[in-house]
Amino acid sequence: MKFRTEIIDSNVAVIHGDGRLNMVSAPTLREVVGDVIAAGQNRVVVNLSGVEFMDSSGLGSLVGCLKRARQAGGDLRISAPTAQVAMVLQLSNLDRVLITVESAHTAYTD
Amino acid sequence: MSRLLTLRIVVVLTVLFGVNYVTWRWLFSVNWAAWWIAVPLIIAETYSLIDVGLFGMTVWRAGTRKAPGAPPVGATVDVLITTYNEPISLVMDTARAAKRITYPHRTWILDDGARPEMRAAAEAEGIGYVMRGDEWLDRPRHAKAGNLNNALALTEGEFLLILDADQIPRPNILDNTLGYFADDRVALVQTPQVFSNVPANDPLGSQAPLFYGPIQQGKDGWGAAFFCGSNALLRREALMQLGIVGYVRAVDHSIGEALRGATRVLRKTRSHPAARNPAVAAALDEVTAAVAEARAQVTRNAPLAEVTYELHRRVDAATASIVALDLASMESDLRDIRALAVAGDPDSAHTDYVVDLKSVSTLLSTRELSPLNALEAVQRMLASISMDRPGEAQPVMPLATISVTEDMATSMRLHGLGWQSVYHHELLADGLAPEDMGTMLTQRLRWGQGTMQVFLRENPLSQRDMSVPQRLMYFATMWSYLSGFAAVVYFAAPVVYLVFGVLPVTTLAFDFFARFIPFMVLNQLLFLVAARGVPTWRGQQYSLALFPVWIKACTTAFNNVVLGKPLGFAVTPKTRQESTGPRWGLIAPQLVVMVFLVVAIVVGSIRVVYFDADLLATGVNLAWAVFDLVVLSVLFQAIRYKGYQPEETRQE
Repeated sequence: MKFRTEIIDSNVAVIHGDGRLNMVSAPTLREVVGDVIAAGQNRVVVNLSGVEFMDSSGLGSLVGCLKRARQAGGDLRISAPTAQVAMVLQLSNLDRVLITVESAHTAYTD
Repeated sequence: MSRLLTLRIVVVLTVLFGVNYVTWRWLFSVNWAAWWIAVPLIIAETYSLIDVGLFGMTVWRAGTRKAPGAPPVGATVDVLITTYNEPISLVMDTARAAKRITYPHRTWILDDGARPEMRAAAEAEGIGYVMRGDEWLDRPRHAKAGNLNNALALTEGEFLLILDADQIPRPNILDNTLGYFADDRVALVQTPQVFSNVPANDPLGSQAPLFYGPIQQGKDGWGAAFFCGSNALLRREALMQLGIVGYVRAVDHSIGEALRGATRVLRKTRSHPAARNPAVAAALDEVTAAVAEARAQVTRNAPLAEVTYELHRRVDAATASIVALDLASMESDLRDIRALAVAGDPDSAHTDYVVDLKSVSTLLSTRELSPLNALEAVQRMLASISMDRPGEAQPVMPLATISVTEDMATSMRLHGLGWQSVYHHELLADGLAPEDMGTMLTQRLRWGQGTMQVFLRENPLSQRDMSVPQRLMYFATMWSYLSGFAAVVYFAAPVVYLVFGVLPVTTLAFDFFARFIPFMVLNQLLFLVAARGVPTWRGQQYSLALFPVWIKACTTAFNNVVLGKPLGFAVTPKTRQESTGPRWGLIAPQLVVMVFLVVAIVVGSIRVVYFDADLLATGVNLAWAVFDLVVLSVLFQAIRYKGYQPEETRQE
């Protein structure tokens, strides 16, 4: 699984994932988000449109990253989850915590 | 003197004179200086001697069976008609004839083409219709064997009459054959395949009077009558036993392999970055221990179902432990997030959540979502440890699928299990043979390929469950399919002498003729006596003239079995292929050989007239080349053959 970071609107970090967010790739996501926050970008969007599959470790990494962002005074939102990912989020009620937005550009317009 | 005794005397004489000739050839008359043609020739001659020897052994017991007793009362029979792409009308002709079979039975059309028109035609006349179900999608279909296996699972008759779509059964086919099954050990009754749409001169060599005659009777005499795919009755119980034995063997093998592979995979996975996570490492430890335990139990012959069930249960538990750790860390993160939100902004909209992680833990622990799947090699390994042959549509496959000629492979396995077979020499179905060269060549290629696949996959000589004569009967048929290589040598040798003057034998003096001619004459006499006067010359011609087909059958089967390449399998079309004229391209190699032979005859004649070539040697080789041309000449009438014209229409 590959991650690509993009800074938009000067202060929002968008992380695009591509592949399976699972036990193997979850630690990488934690690292990538940690680095972004350490660099001063505490408003993070994880774009899940390319993530076809997520297991418990992947879910855990999203919650862990949310905590890091909140601790830094920012937030983490997700965009465009695919069917299986949306189902896992919904069944666990985590969709109440991990806010899903339409697109990375409108994620922090509120 | 009885016919069989005469035949046996001719067999003994042929083999004696043959051994005498070939021994003399090896020891005293190979022209080693011209080894490049001499060695192939002596090998080809040895091949032919072995071929004749196996034929002699076969017909040694070519007797006629006593008629069987009356058919059992109340036996249940399914008549199964296999079709793939034959015209509906042709299939229905066969199906109607099958309905008219007098012994009570049910008739089924097994349509591998899944044609709605075929179903409608069958149902309109109250004939059963069977096609493949969804379980066959994206799985190996196993051609005709798969079609029959599919139907076996959907029908229930004790006995099965198998018919190709172009074999029209006679009403008494069951009455005259079911009686053999009174013997509980009989699993198969094969009747002849004879074709009604073939003119007397049989240009395509469709009829096989030698095979459906002395050869099958001889094989029967040795307890090895073959199943030939159609016009045969099978005992369901025997086929099911075959399927179950095959299933057990396949599962035993695949689980053994999978467990050995699992140990390797797990060892490699240790160096995966994910394995640095202590939870993952612990789970891998548990899976490794479970696999080791499973292997130990398999060695102790514990039931495989229990072993695999226990293994998967332990793997599931290991999975659940990873999921539990993930969920625990999530719960702790969520508590922190909530505390942060409350401290920072009491009005935050996102704090009133009720997260129910317990409800997802079951979902996240399923085999589909298991975190262990992230280690793809581990996931594949675990999926392969299965009792239900996930790669196959049916775990239990009664008819053998190791070859495109499922019939021979199946009867060999039946014999291996101790079942008996019968060849019933009475015409009980009228078949339709291919009516054009292209179709005929496709059919012969398929037979050759299938036979060689069985030879390479389950060599009969090493099948310890069969008697030695049974093994030799199967081997004899396979051996005869190697004739293409010998044919090439028999065509090349006279050309080499007539053009280059190189003789593969050291002498053509009296010594040669005294040994060769009696063998040759006896050889022909043997065919004559064995066939009881039925002409067999057509068959002899084709065994040489179709050499490119036989060679291709051997090479493609070798590439398929040993190198795993596809056969390029073609279904034999049952209707004539429309074409505008003779398709000379089909016999291009033979045409080239004929040109070589003609050129050689001309050059040889010039050499003897103007250049003082040896008269005797030239004479022998000219005769040989002419013989080769006569053999090959069958192809001219075959390729110009325009299909069968019944007598009355020809006279119009």
